[in-house]
Amino acid sequence: MNELRPALVVFGLLTLLTGIAYPLVVTGIGQAAFNGRVNGSILQSGDRAVGSRLLGQPFSDPKHFWSRPSATGPQPYNGAISSGSNQGPINPALETAVRDRIAALRAADPGNTAPVPVDLVTASGSGLDPHISPAAADYQVARVARVRKMTEADVRKAVAAATDGRTFGILGEPRVNVLELNLALDAQVDAQLAQ
Amino acid sequence: MNALGVVQILLFIAVLVALVKPLGTFMARVYDGERTFLSPVLEPIERGIYRLAGVRPSAESNWKRYALALLLFNFIGFVVVYLLQRLQGVLPLNPQGFAAVSPDSSFNTAVSFASNTNWQGYGGEATMSYLTQMLGLAVQNFVSAASGMAVLVAVIRGFARRRASEIGNFYVDLTRGTLYILLPLSLLLAVILMSQGVVQTFSAYNSVDLVEPVTISTPVKDAAGAPVLDATGNAVTKSEQVTQQTIPLGPAASQIAIKQLGTNGGGFFNVNSAHPFENPTPLANFLELLAILLIPAALCYTFGRMIGDTRQGWAILVAMLVIFVPLTFAGYAAEQSGNPRLEALVDQNASATQSGGNMEGKEVRFGIANSALWASATTAASNGSVNAMHDSFTPLGGLVPLWLMQLGEVVFGGIGSGLYGMLMYAVVAVFIGGLMVGRTPEYLGKKIEAYEVKMASIVILVPPLIVLVGTAIASVTPVAVSSVANPGVHGFSEILYAFSSAGNNNGSAFGGLSANTPFYNIALGIAMWASRYWLMIPVLALAGSLAAKKATAVTAGTLPTHTPLFITLLVGVVLMVGALTFVPALALGPIVEHLQMIAAGP
Repeated sequence: MNELRPALVVFGLLTLLTGIAYPLVVTGIGQAAFNGRVNGSILQSGDRAVGSRLLGQPFSDPKHFWSRPSATGPQPYNGAISSGSNQGPINPALETAVRDRIAALRAADPGNTAPVPVDLVTASGSGLDPHISPAAADYQVARVARVRKMTEADVRKAVAAATDGRTFGILGEPRVNVLELNLALDAQVDAQLAQ
Repeated sequence: MNALGVVQILLFIAVLVALVKPLGTFMARVYDGERTFLSPVLEPIERGIYRLAGVRPSAESNWKRYALALLLFNFIGFVVVYLLQRLQGVLPLNPQGFAAVSPDSSFNTAVSFASNTNWQGYGGEATMSYLTQMLGLAVQNFVSAASGMAVLVAVIRGFARRRASEIGNFYVDLTRGTLYILLPLSLLLAVILMSQGVVQTFSAYNSVDLVEPVTISTPVKDAAGAPVLDATGNAVTKSEQVTQQTIPLGPAASQIAIKQLGTNGGGFFNVNSAHPFENPTPLANFLELLAILLIPAALCYTFGRMIGDTRQGWAILVAMLVIFVPLTFAGYAAEQSGNPRLEALVDQNASATQSGGNMEGKEVRFGIANSALWASATTAASNGSVNAMHDSFTPLGGLVPLWLMQLGEVVFGGIGSGLYGMLMYAVVAVFIGGLMVGRTPEYLGKKIEAYEVKMASIVILVPPLIVLVGTAIASVTPVAVSSVANPGVHGFSEILYAFSSAGNNNGSAFGGLSANTPFYNIALGIAMWASRYWLMIPVLALAGSLAAKKATAVTAGTLPTHTPLFITLLVGVVLMVGALTFVPALALGPIVEHLQMIAAGP
């Protein structure tokens, strides 16, 4: 019993401290200082929540920029259970999937013979990647411009507005937020219709 | 490899090394019982804990009682985590209404978090209530890490003390490590992570309208839940439109901070730090990466300071970096060179507008360099969190994390456990050095005799034994093989990776392996348990034996242990043991796969 008391009491007190007090303090600070961010970085359109800035969504309409393939099930970009494909590099299923995705891109944009950037046809680690590379956006600019009857220059302007560079010029990779880009393009249409 | 990728890796190493001395000094003061700048706030709490628990902080114990206290404390943690999972259905803070976790999965997870492995057979956002995450898993993130540091400090005292029988007070080491080191660093990191977009709330999951609803076909099930078949025996499917996306939430930032700092690695969400809510930006990624290696690296300096010769600590750190840096760049090169099978289909070349390379299972915001760096940092340390799916790495890119674990988690390793593992290698290295010149080996002024070498050998040999025997058993057990996701040799790599991870308390995975089965939950649970506590006990025994010895005088014949010569010897011993033990297994997995991949045929 001599050994048991300190073990139980220290365990109980450290649990109070690290399991209850610590997360409550962090939650308090977060809700006060970073309210939007700690609640999921939700994007609003009017009073409707249309997505999270940090979570990607699936797109297959040619008028939208397409996100990366997602391996979540049963539907892609399922926020309830994140997942990668876990396909190994020589798994034949990977090569088949990549060929199918290239075929879908080509079918939506006949005549575009540019090589497809690798990130646009490989599944992300989370299945929720909100970004594509600037190269993958560039690949889709002509298609989106044609379907939307916009000039490529205007589409590129929208892409540039949704692009983040490397942090401090060094960290990470340049990237385009697909949901923000598509929402901005759709908003332009809405604005024109309103006029 | 490209210039900015190389710069990011070098910058990371530079920042890490710059923090070693300040943090290492601070930790030495904490464990020596000195006052620090945090004492005015934390000392009253610390004293209150001792008073309520009946701990006399000045009363130290011998190694056996130290080990007993440690095992008892860890066992209580195991029981509590097990019960929380089994009872979460009837406990509060469960807004998603998750049911009790199965007994075998609960056992696996309880061992996993108590042993600082944090292997996960489950998907967090679909399994664990907020209460289980906070009160069970996050608490173990703190105390299992503090337990590892406590054992290390006991070993350091073994070297530093002369003719002593006591090696410290476990509850004091545990409490001070948690209060002064882990809690303040976690609080700081959690706040920065929240500023980057990591979620932290007790609200239930949210949902939003998808811009483009998606249509999926799902199998029709009858009342009993069995799939309905049509006349030709095919499963009947129905079309279903999904119009909403779930936004998973929870108290994530507080838990992610400590899972990175405590070399725990158990993710809040299923895909761990690849999840945009767990690791949203390049800055968050840099800091989470730094947090993986920060304490293990700084403990080298703490060690040097506590034995009164900081050169010894730097020598160990250099040995770790000599192994870590080349392997990191090797992994980066392998991933950046991409997948030859896709070469003709897609553009994998790095450019100003894309990172290129093998992007399957990786996130665009991290690209190749940060994914490869994370893979080696998380497996060099026994962290095990991931920001990319290791299962989809190229064969050689996946070999790097696999082998770093197999080296016994001594290149940085778990906090505390990595350095005491490396000190066991140092004991063996001076023993080999002694044999070569025919003198009695000494390390840090202590004679290394048969007992010490035996204990060090146990520590070095138990993990490979667990890894290789476990892999062999699983590879010939049909129910274990059926969990494999990828065909061919890659499937063998998945099994080898799982046992290498559990048998070295790492916790990362080749995620394709369906490990949430009774076989893997129990087999890997035993592996994690054995490789944690079967090492801690001989390590503490060695600490007790060293503490009792008198100091030997340094003579011209003493092998200095802070020189490039000794660092080379130490690195040689680590690599030799790792290579001799695992090259046959690696040849059957990633090496064959690499040859298949670069061959022209299927």
